[in-house]
Amino acid sequence: MARPNRITPGLLIGFLIALAVSIAIPYVVSDFVTYQFTLAMAYAVAMLGLNVLTGYNGQFSIGHSAFFAVGAYMAAIMIEHFGLSAYSALAVAAVVSFFAGFLFGFPALRLEGLYLALATFALAVATPQLLKFDAFEHWTGGVQGIFVPKPEPMIAGWSADHSLYYFALAVLAGLMVITWCILHSRSGRAMMAIRDNPIAAKTMGVNLPLVKTTTFGISAMFAGIGGALFTYASEFVSPDAFNFFIAVYILVGSVVGGIVSIPGAIFGGLFIVFAPNYAQDLRLAYPILPPPWAIFGIFLILLIYFVPFGVWGSIERIYAWTKRKKDR
Amino acid sequence: MRLRYVTAALAAGLLTAPAQAQMVGVTDTAIKIGHTNPYSGPASAYGVIGKLHQAYYAMVNRNGGIKGRQVELISLDDGYSPPRTVEQVRKLVEQEEVAFLFQPLGTPTNSAIHRYVNSKKVPHLFLSTGASKWGQPEKFPWTMGFQPTYDVEGEIYAKFALESVEDPKIAILFQNDDYGKDYRDGFLRGLGDKQDLVVKMLPYEVTDPTVDAQVLELAASGANVFFNITIPKFAAQAIKKTCEIGWEPLHLLNNVSSSVSSVLKPAGLECSKGVITAQYVKDPTDPQWQDHEGYQEWLSFMKAEMPEADLGDANYAFAYNVSVLLHRMLEQCEDWSRPGIMACAANLQDIELPMLLPGILVNTSPTDFYPIQAEQLSRFDGEKWELFGDVIDASK
Amino acid sequence: MDLFLQLTLAGLAIGSIYSCVALAVVMIYQATDHFNFAQGEMAMFSTFIAWTFLGLGLPVWVAFILAVAASFVAGVIIERVVVRPVENAPVLNQIIVFIGLLVIFNNVAGWIWEFTIKPFPSLFPEDLGFKSDLIGPHHMGVIALTLAVLLLIFLFFKFTRVGLAMRAAAANPDSARLVGISVGWMLALGWGLAAAIGAVGGILVAPIVYLEPNMMSGVLLYGFAGALLGGVSSPVGAVIGGMMVGVLENWVGHPAVSGVVGFNLNELKLTFALVLIIGVLMFKPNGLFGLTVVKRV
Repeated sequence: MARPNRITPGLLIGFLIALAVSIAIPYVVSDFVTYQFTLAMAYAVAMLGLNVLTGYNGQFSIGHSAFFAVGAYMAAIMIEHFGLSAYSALAVAAVVSFFAGFLFGFPALRLEGLYLALATFALAVATPQLLKFDAFEHWTGGVQGIFVPKPEPMIAGWSADHSLYYFALAVLAGLMVITWCILHSRSGRAMMAIRDNPIAAKTMGVNLPLVKTTTFGISAMFAGIGGALFTYASEFVSPDAFNFFIAVYILVGSVVGGIVSIPGAIFGGLFIVFAPNYAQDLRLAYPILPPPWAIFGIFLILLIYFVPFGVWGSIERIYAWTKRKKDR
Repeated sequence: MRLRYVTAALAAGLLTAPAQAQMVGVTDTAIKIGHTNPYSGPASAYGVIGKLHQAYYAMVNRNGGIKGRQVELISLDDGYSPPRTVEQVRKLVEQEEVAFLFQPLGTPTNSAIHRYVNSKKVPHLFLSTGASKWGQPEKFPWTMGFQPTYDVEGEIYAKFALESVEDPKIAILFQNDDYGKDYRDGFLRGLGDKQDLVVKMLPYEVTDPTVDAQVLELAASGANVFFNITIPKFAAQAIKKTCEIGWEPLHLLNNVSSSVSSVLKPAGLECSKGVITAQYVKDPTDPQWQDHEGYQEWLSFMKAEMPEADLGDANYAFAYNVSVLLHRMLEQCEDWSRPGIMACAANLQDIELPMLLPGILVNTSPTDFYPIQAEQLSRFDGEKWELFGDVIDASK
Repeated sequence: MDLFLQLTLAGLAIGSIYSCVALAVVMIYQATDHFNFAQGEMAMFSTFIAWTFLGLGLPVWVAFILAVAASFVAGVIIERVVVRPVENAPVLNQIIVFIGLLVIFNNVAGWIWEFTIKPFPSLFPEDLGFKSDLIGPHHMGVIALTLAVLLLIFLFFKFTRVGLAMRAAAANPDSARLVGISVGWMLALGWGLAAAIGAVGGILVAPIVYLEPNMMSGVLLYGFAGALLGGVSSPVGAVIGGMMVGVLENWVGHPAVSGVVGFNLNELKLTFALVLIIGVLMFKPNGLFGLTVVKRV
């Protein structure tokens, strides 16, 4: 099973180049496209969380939309009802999401693979209804939702979209680094040991319940942060926006990008934002084609046939293969 | 020499004259209009509305367009998901630079873009939702609804129930979202201080397979009035179940699900006898409109431009009305800049639309952003909706 | 008391639909170790096929049998063509393929048949010779047919050679190959049977919920819940699980329950299902009737 790489010079250079390109983007494209990239990054953060949980710790979840929603609503509520700034609200969202995930991790302990997936599925499906619940309406705005104004630009002269983009970029880059550190620590090795062989891990002294629930917490926290960023970009939360399909997007993006990876999340985010739009453009240009989502479905299946390890997984393997050839 | 100066001065004067604000999305040959609709996802049944608009303006273009300009209607799918609506609308406004937005569908979806379009000063016209919040010109000067609002309709039903039933005991089934609650709250408001006449209120989710259980419980409450706030699929289920268990309340059905062919027929025409609804659109299957000029116009359009369509689907009648309204509005509008278009929209006088009930006209003013506020009650007689009473005008 | 009985019977009826979905899910899982998320959409598509046959003037039972047969064949083909390339891939990749299928079936159905609801006739006659106020003839038929399907499956697995071969292929593919069983075709067969069962479920549910492309999405969740509750290793468990979910879902709204809980649970039906699922799984992680799997290191 794949393990996170050592920091090779190549990897570091790649990371810096990607960072440079990302920083340049808002200057090169329109506000609208910048906003789309911000959405992609919000999803990427959530996908990173899923990678940690499923790719590196072996726990399935098709319910991450629930934690995404928790983060989104927490941020919205903090801003709307408590007057917090977007940045503090994000921190609150992160903390609350962590605990939500941690708590869910307890019943999750008893569930294996399939059953855990289905429990998370139920969680995702129940979430919009919980958000609409009358008793919470004062806080959540019920079906009307909450309007969340975009944070003011951090630097005068930037547009709000431009500023938010950088904030999201900073958060994503920071979380990627943190993830790398976690995975390379003892805890990270414990996570992966549990994934590969839980019984053996246990006999070697790994505290399964603690590691598993904490991982769930971390994963949920990432999803919550992603949800908050998503909310800032969309400027609006409403219950039905956080339905099961969001969980599917997160899962699909994770797998497409490469679920056992850190950079894969970026590709996943880009895919889930731009591919459906591209399918729609295609369909508008050639009305004879089937509906956009059917095109997307076909493309998705083909993608998984030819890129079974996800984009980053394939990049890793190509790199390893070329290295082996060079070494001969 | 002097003439040249005069000419130059005149020219300069004309160029800087504030006669018309700058036009966005309009060129000499075309006007771009933005539209979002659920073509996928849970509300995709309303996709036909968007399809009609596209067919209508394709026809208009073939006939020379409007004021010599071709209409480019860009219709994007938002899957009834508010974040996607935000994305698609931003695309329309910022990337496509449309002149205005036309008939985006849905309450939560339009709520998500409400502030955005007003801050960008883009006309947000004839929304395809009956929520009451779209008619607030002081706060949201760029947004205008179209259809009679849900809460006003709810009030009409409440008043009717109070008038026509001796000892009303009321049960309500409502969809657990904006639309359902809007109707419900309007109804409760219409009851005034008699709200305790409601003996049971039950919600349902769009993801529920059936509402059979809810109907059973509502019937068991002993109610003799049933306010049915459901979308077509569930309305048909509810009517059928009511029939099956032999419950015969005064059945008030929300207008959204009043289509004979999409709801009453599947439910059972016999079972639907006696159901009451408030109408403002001519039901296409109603024989009483067969000879009506407006109906004939609609029918020939459908046969020519959308031959595959199910003529019984009232959505097509609804959509035709709005397309015609926009067409007329653009034709009589002098100034196609964004503020100009908004001003024209806010100045509609007594406009008759082909598939509106006779007596119901479109009226707007700078302080009245509710184009249609009149409805008429009707009762289903087993074959068609029979109108009764007067046209109830909520603006008066 | 009347209401309680009505709710229970209505619950059993809708529960049998869940059972059909649950059965199809368990079927595929038992035969292939796959968990097909596209099950609901495939069932819906099969029902539309049946509807098309009806449109050609065929009687209901003929359309039913043709649609079920066509679904069986389609299921086999889908497994051999679409699923086979990921047969040995990680589970997640398979899930992505199923999600892709779900999206394709749903949108293509909408493309071909539009999204407006269509009434679908019941397989069962209105007049059965006796009447009951508590439950209609269609609902009775649904329960009966579901149980019949279950019995057929049980007999198939227990007493036929093919059934035995399928169980062998699922339990231990390598050993099965050694004794000459074509594991690949057993998988395809499993998919075919699941698709057929799904078609039955779709055709049974359409008269109740009306036929439209999004018909099965609500049913799928509860079907999964039923399978989970009963235990995915047990077809009998799946059926009982499905029925239980249907009945419990209906009981939830009963005034007595609201009285106990203090507020109307109807607004939180899905949450209730969630809590139920998690609750059961805490105490019986393999479902009520599932087998406990012992893992060796």
